[in-house]
Amino acid sequence: MKKLLILGAGTAGTIMVNKLAPVLDKREWQITLVDQDEIHYYQPGFLFIPFGIYTRQDVIKPKRDFFPPGVEVIISPIELIEPDRNRVKLQNGKVLNYDILIIATGSHIHPEETEGLLDGGWRQNIFDFYTVDGACALAQHLKYWEGGKLVMNVVEMPIKCPVAPLEFVFLADWWFTEQGIRDKVEIEYVTPLPGAFTKPIASKYLGNFLEKKNIRLVAEFNTGRVDSTRNKLISWDGREVDYDLLVIVPTIMGADVIGRSGMGDDLNFIPTDPHTLQSKQWENIFVIGDATDVPTSKAGSVAHFESEILFENILRYIDGRPLLPDFDGHANCFIESGFGKGLLIDFNYTVEPLPGKFPLPGIGPYSLLEETRMNHWGKMMFRWMYWNLLLKGAELPIEAQMNMAGKRR
Amino acid sequence: MATKTIAGKSIEVDAEGFLLNPDDWNEAIAEALAREEGIELTEEHWKVIRFMRQDFKERGQIPTIRRIKNAGGIPVQDLYRLFPDGPAKKAAKIAGLGKPQGCV
Ligand SMILES: Cc1cc2nc3c(=O)[nH]c(=O)nc-3n(C[C@H](O)[C@H](O)[C@H](O)COP(=O)(O)OP(=O)(O)OC[C@H]3O[C@@H](n4cnc5c(N)ncnc54)[C@H](O)[C@@H]3O)c2cc1C
Repeated sequence: MKKLLILGAGTAGTIMVNKLAPVLDKREWQITLVDQDEIHYYQPGFLFIPFGIYTRQDVIKPKRDFFPPGVEVIISPIELIEPDRNRVKLQNGKVLNYDILIIATGSHIHPEETEGLLDGGWRQNIFDFYTVDGACALAQHLKYWEGGKLVMNVVEMPIKCPVAPLEFVFLADWWFTEQGIRDKVEIEYVTPLPGAFTKPIASKYLGNFLEKKNIRLVAEFNTGRVDSTRNKLISWDGREVDYDLLVIVPTIMGADVIGRSGMGDDLNFIPTDPHTLQSKQWENIFVIGDATDVPTSKAGSVAHFESEILFENILRYIDGRPLLPDFDGHANCFIESGFGKGLLIDFNYTVEPLPGKFPLPGIGPYSLLEETRMNHWGKMMFRWMYWNLLLKGAELPIEAQMNMAGKRR
Repeated sequence: MATKTIAGKSIEVDAEGFLLNPDDWNEAIAEALAREEGIELTEEHWKVIRFMRQDFKERGQIPTIRRIKNAGGIPVQDLYRLFPDGPAKKAAKIAGLGKPQGCV
C-alpha cells in the first residue's frame, strides 16, 4: 500500500483531500490527514466579528463535517517532518511514513516578534483580528469604546489576505458612523508599504478611498517596537505614531513545525516552485496555500486556484508524467468597503489588479476596483461558497488561471 | 534596459539603477552607488554588503532584512541606521544585487 500524507486540514488541506479521495484507487493508496485542531475556522469571517456582524459561532464548524469517507484522520500536533527519511513525527508519538507529502500547514501571527507588543497593552487597548480570540476581544472592546485615535498597523509584509487591514478601516469608518461617534474618532492606517496596497494601480484606487473616508495614511512605516506605557508605535528609524486603540497585524510566519524541521525560509515559508507547487528541494513533497513562499497573496481563493493545478500534478506525479507549470499566481479578492458596498480585485504573478469588469457566467459581471453593492454581496456570499463548495473541492464558476476579459489597462 | 557608467565601467542597470548582472559589481562600484545614495561606506556597511553578496551567491536570493538579522547577525536597528529609508532596497542596490521582489 502506498501512502499519501496531508499535513494541515485548513482551507487547502481540506480541499485537497476532497479532490484526491474520490479518484485515488483505494487498493493502492492510503490517504492520511493530520491536524491539531478539531475546529475549522472560516478566517475571512474574522474581519466582521469586531463590528458584531458575525459572532464566533458564525465562523466555526467541526472539521470532521468536511472529510470524505475512506480517509484516515489523525488529530494531533505535528512534531517534526523528516523529508530526507520520508517520515513525519507526531506529538502523540506516532511516526507516519509517506510516498507523497502535501504540506498545508498555513500561516500564523507572531506578536512576540515585535518588542513590547505583548506587554501591558495586549488585549487591553491593543488587538489583532487575525485570530478568533483577538477578533472577539476587539468586538467586546469596541462595544463600549467612546472614541479617540484608532490606529490600524501592519507590522511587516507579507501578511495573509493583504486587503483585510484596509477592509478593517473601511468598516470601522462605517461602523463609527452608524454608532454616531465618527466625529469623535480619528482613523489612521499605518503601513510599511509605500501606499495603500502592494501594487501601484490598486494602491492608487484604494488610496483615494482612504482619503474619501477621511482615513489618514502613514506609509513606509516599519514598526520596530510598541511602547504600551506611552501608547506609541515606534518605527525602526525612530518615527512615532501615537494611538488610543491599536489594531495590529503582527508578523505572519509559516507554521513552527516547518522551522523546526529546517524546511523553511526565515519566515518559515517553504521554497516552492511557483508554477508546479512542488517543493524546490524534495520531489515527493508538494506545498499549497499559505505555507508556500510563492509570490502571490496568501488567500483562500489562491488556495482554491492552486488546488486545481496541484490535483492534476499529484496525479501526474503518481503516473510518472512531467508536472504542469500551470499555476499563474491567480488571486481574486472581494474588498469590503463599508456602507454595504465592496470592491473586487483579480490578478496574478504578472498582471496587477486592474479596473474593468469581471465576467462570471450566470451571476456577474462584477466591477473591478469600483465600489458596488454587488461586490458586497459577493463577499457575503463567499462564506456560503466556502463551506458548501470550496472546501468540498467542488468546481467553482471561475477559472484557475486569470483571464484578461473585461480588464482595462 | 539602460547602461550607465559607474566608477569608470559601463554597466547595465534597470530603470531605478539596480545592476542587472551581479557579476558586474566591484568594490569601487559599491562606493560610487553608495555615494549616489548619500552614504559613505564604513566597515559596518561592508559587513552587511559582504554578507548579502555571499548569501546571494549561496542561495540565489536577495536576503531580506530578517535574513540579514538571523543569518548575518546584524540587528535590524543597525540596518536602518546604516542604510536609512529602506535598508532592504538600498543595501541590495549598493551590493550590486537586483531590486528585491516587492510584496503581494
Ligand atoms: C482576517 C482574515 C481575513 C481573510 N480574508 C480572506 C478573504 O476575504 N478571502 C480569501 O480568499 N482569504 C482570506 N483570508 C485568508 C485565508 O483564510 C487563508 O489564506 C487560508 O485559510 C489559507 O489556507 P491554508 O490551508 O493554507 O491554511 P489554514 O486554513 O490556516 O490551515 C492550516 C492548518 O494547519 C494546521 N496546523 C498548522 N501547524 C500544525 C501542526 N504543527 N500540527 C498540526 N496541525 C497544524 C492548523 O491547525 C490549520 O488547520 C483571510 C484571513 C484572515 C486571517
